[in-house]
Amino acid sequence: MSKVAVDQAHRVVGSELVRHDAVEKVQGKTVFAADFSLPRMLHAMLKRSEYAHARLVAVDVSAAEAVDGVVAVYTAADVPNNTVWVDVPGQTLEVGALKARSNVLADELVRYHGEPIALVAAETEDAALAALDAIVVDYEPLPVLDDPERALDPDAPQLHEAGNLLAHWELEEGDVEAAFAGADVVVEGEYQTQFIDHAYLEPEAGVAWRDTDGVITIRAATQVVEHFRDVARILELPDNKVRVIAPYIGGGFGGKEDMTVEPYLGIVAASTGRPVRMVWSRQESLIARQNRHAVRMRYRTAADADGRLLAHDIDILSDGGAYALLSALVLLYSTTCAVGPYRCPNARIRCRTVYTNHTPCSAMRGFGGMQVTLGYEGQMDRLAGELGLDPLELRRRNFLEKGDVLPIGQPLETAVALPAIADAVLERLEPLPEPGGPRRAVGRGFACNLQPYGRCVWLNDWASAWLGFELDGTLTIRIAVPDIGGGQASSLVQIASEVLGVAPERITIHIGDSALNPLTGTTTATRQLYMSGNAVLEAARELREALAGVAAGLLEVEAEELEFRVDGVRVRGGDRELDFRTLLAACASVNVAWHVLATYRAPKGIPWQAEESWRGRVFPDFTYGCHAVDVEVDLDTGQVRVLGYVAGHDVGQAINPQSVEGQIEGAVAMGLGYALSERVVFEEAQNLTATFAQYLIPTAVEVPAIESVVVESGEGMGPFNARGIGEPPIGPPAPAVAAAIRAAVGIELTELPFTPERVSAAIRAAGGGR
Amino acid sequence: MIVELTLNGSPARLEVPAHWTLLRMLRDAAGRTDAKHGCGEGVCGACAVLVDDVAVNSCSLLAPQVDGASVETVAGLAREGEMHPLQEAMLGSGGVQCGFCTPGMVISAVEAIRLGAAGSDEEIRHSLAGNLCRCTGYGKIVAAVAAHRDGSAAAGGFAGAAPGGADRTEAGGEGAAPAPGVGIGP
Repeated sequence: MSKVAVDQAHRVVGSELVRHDAVEKVQGKTVFAADFSLPRMLHAMLKRSEYAHARLVAVDVSAAEAVDGVVAVYTAADVPNNTVWVDVPGQTLEVGALKARSNVLADELVRYHGEPIALVAAETEDAALAALDAIVVDYEPLPVLDDPERALDPDAPQLHEAGNLLAHWELEEGDVEAAFAGADVVVEGEYQTQFIDHAYLEPEAGVAWRDTDGVITIRAATQVVEHFRDVARILELPDNKVRVIAPYIGGGFGGKEDMTVEPYLGIVAASTGRPVRMVWSRQESLIARQNRHAVRMRYRTAADADGRLLAHDIDILSDGGAYALLSALVLLYSTTCAVGPYRCPNARIRCRTVYTNHTPCSAMRGFGGMQVTLGYEGQMDRLAGELGLDPLELRRRNFLEKGDVLPIGQPLETAVALPAIADAVLERLEPLPEPGGPRRAVGRGFACNLQPYGRCVWLNDWASAWLGFELDGTLTIRIAVPDIGGGQASSLVQIASEVLGVAPERITIHIGDSALNPLTGTTTATRQLYMSGNAVLEAARELREALAGVAAGLLEVEAEELEFRVDGVRVRGGDRELDFRTLLAACASVNVAWHVLATYRAPKGIPWQAEESWRGRVFPDFTYGCHAVDVEVDLDTGQVRVLGYVAGHDVGQAINPQSVEGQIEGAVAMGLGYALSERVVFEEAQNLTATFAQYLIPTAVEVPAIESVVVESGEGMGPFNARGIGEPPIGPPAPAVAAAIRAAVGIELTELPFTPERVSAAIRAAGGGR
Repeated sequence: MIVELTLNGSPARLEVPAHWTLLRMLRDAAGRTDAKHGCGEGVCGACAVLVDDVAVNSCSLLAPQVDGASVETVAGLAREGEMHPLQEAMLGSGGVQCGFCTPGMVISAVEAIRLGAAGSDEEIRHSLAGNLCRCTGYGKIVAAVAAHRDGSAAAGGFAGAAPGGADRTEAGGEGAAPAPGVGIGP
């Protein structure tokens, strides 16, 4: 590490810099994945299963191959390595295999509606569409498994060789039974969350070509350029013969974390030698892309008469859908976060995820830490009701503190600023508005949460960055980070500018390329600012140290006396200075490198063992939040209108406060959709919400003005003590809305989403809301 | 068939199949990728363009229907290389994240202002209800339209001030933060 301190602390970091990518985007100049084209490019499309569970008796592509303009049609037998094995970490020993299988193209069986069966490449999109219609699939329908409870029955249809139990995590800490026996109050609740879709505005898309030296190059909308290795395995090529480029992405939210178009583009480019584009329709994206897990949670919670938590007994059953993907890890987040940001000395936590014939579930913003907010916050509100305590006061009595340990053994090593966050949120709240009519009621709800940032510590996470000056004094950053819209790239520009002085507009950042830029890991798990930010910070400090050494010699001062400014290096408090151009020429003449490659390594940890006695650190750190919402409920229609929203989070240090607010406000809007309108509807595992007219994400009318409160504790593990903020704010909206409805009309809603039908039915069941 | 139109101020003559949508013609025949394909069914608004100053979802119009019309994509809003003030306002407010909805959003906002349908925040929200955004939560977009309407749009560029700036509070705890960041002066 550099000995040279950053002397102009927080000159650029902490400012609301206009993002360089936004300047292009607002003019429509950004070349997104589907906007890219190449000469003689083919168009590829997928034939998808019409059945949720069926045996493929025959797939006849002969008529499709005869369609004018069709270049190739592929089925499972044509894929070099059609079987993809994914690791399923955790307590999976009795599940059988430690790995789970999925196919690039369905082979023998289809297990969900929309599963790819055949791949078509044609000269035009119209020809590809005609070819899809010409493929004849002979299905033998099989019994559909669409109930996760039923999946655990021994006589249920078994969807995979090792059975329907995909993964489980279990732990027991303290003496749970004794705690319940000695409790003053015990509350029980069952909660059910729904499947939802990421619904980014940019559908899955990409272009691929065979480049120099036979390198299959895929430019696609992805959060993970490291999938080049997975594509190489499918194509049976060496890893270094596949390259993935991620352009600026039109939204990710976890939906572009698993592969989407990449394997199919790779197959066509490798086998035909021609460039190829694949763009999924919105219907494909909504039907066949993975969802957020629907989860059933049973909570039993004990507390003393003062409202202090004594114990939780928690049982979670999650519907993982037809293939494993990231379900086991999603479930680990649920296990870790199951008791919320509260001290709980005794806990029994049992989490299971099972296969069904629903669309596979995998990563989505919040990643298992989100669903459980409905459970643990619902329990806190029940406790407050039982004890006659103010819901926020009850929470304050239980907030975690720095130094505490979560039931799973996770130590909390940085500030838990929840009291300060709650205070800041309270300060911003206006008085609760009056109802807008005689048959309307208003209420206010609170919810708090914790969400990890950074990957599991035993994954040995790292991120690299290359920083180099050009001789004209401009700076280049090379880093393979995918930017999915959160300002991942521009934040790195701010960090480099902060350390090296160079003005942001004189910095160019090359992102998202697995071959030409240093790898920095996935844009997932709220890890990118934390990881790539630390890598850029380290590189910038090393570069500064190198340049400062040369400058100190020329200016005949100690390096510590120098400050790095927009135009060059100056002796602090004096008028002697060197512009960057002169300094770099000097570096060249004395052969001091003006570029560096640096790697940041996250804290390491001991992998989870199958023994239930295992306790330990799972994540680097957490981000905490407290939200408040005011709602108005129409007692006749059950319509819930959100009147106001205040969302507070401790981000340690905001690198760009405007980007932080953008993450908070966007996540709250998404969380309100989860609370009130969004639901992937299945009937016999057939997806019935295949369009944006059926799958309802909130518009500007449904989303209220959201007040984001950015708290800066100065503690966090990211650059300049920042914490991650991409996922955390999506957790509290649903339980906060539930609490507000409860405060307004006295009903307890436990099944998401809180649609007018459900709310009005609950009001009627409770006697009309009066 | 041949479609003749004025595209972003210049005459264009495009040969397209009669069943193509305006969106497909713009993207695949005219090379204008600043209209985005988000849903293909007229719900998300990412493909919005101005046809004779009226905002339409170009995925839901057939290409021949604009024969003789003037069509403007977001790129057509620039004047002499300068961005439309609303675009500047979007930059100042932080109304752009992934940017995929942005071109259509800007088109709808420009029309709302022209129609006088941006009088209040609530009116702006209704005017933008046909444009889905999954990133921003809409607030900063609404702020941009309001700022532009009020003629107080903050300029973009280095450290452009944003309407409704961050409210940042220092929390306690060991090693408390240095003073909250201060933006570089104008």
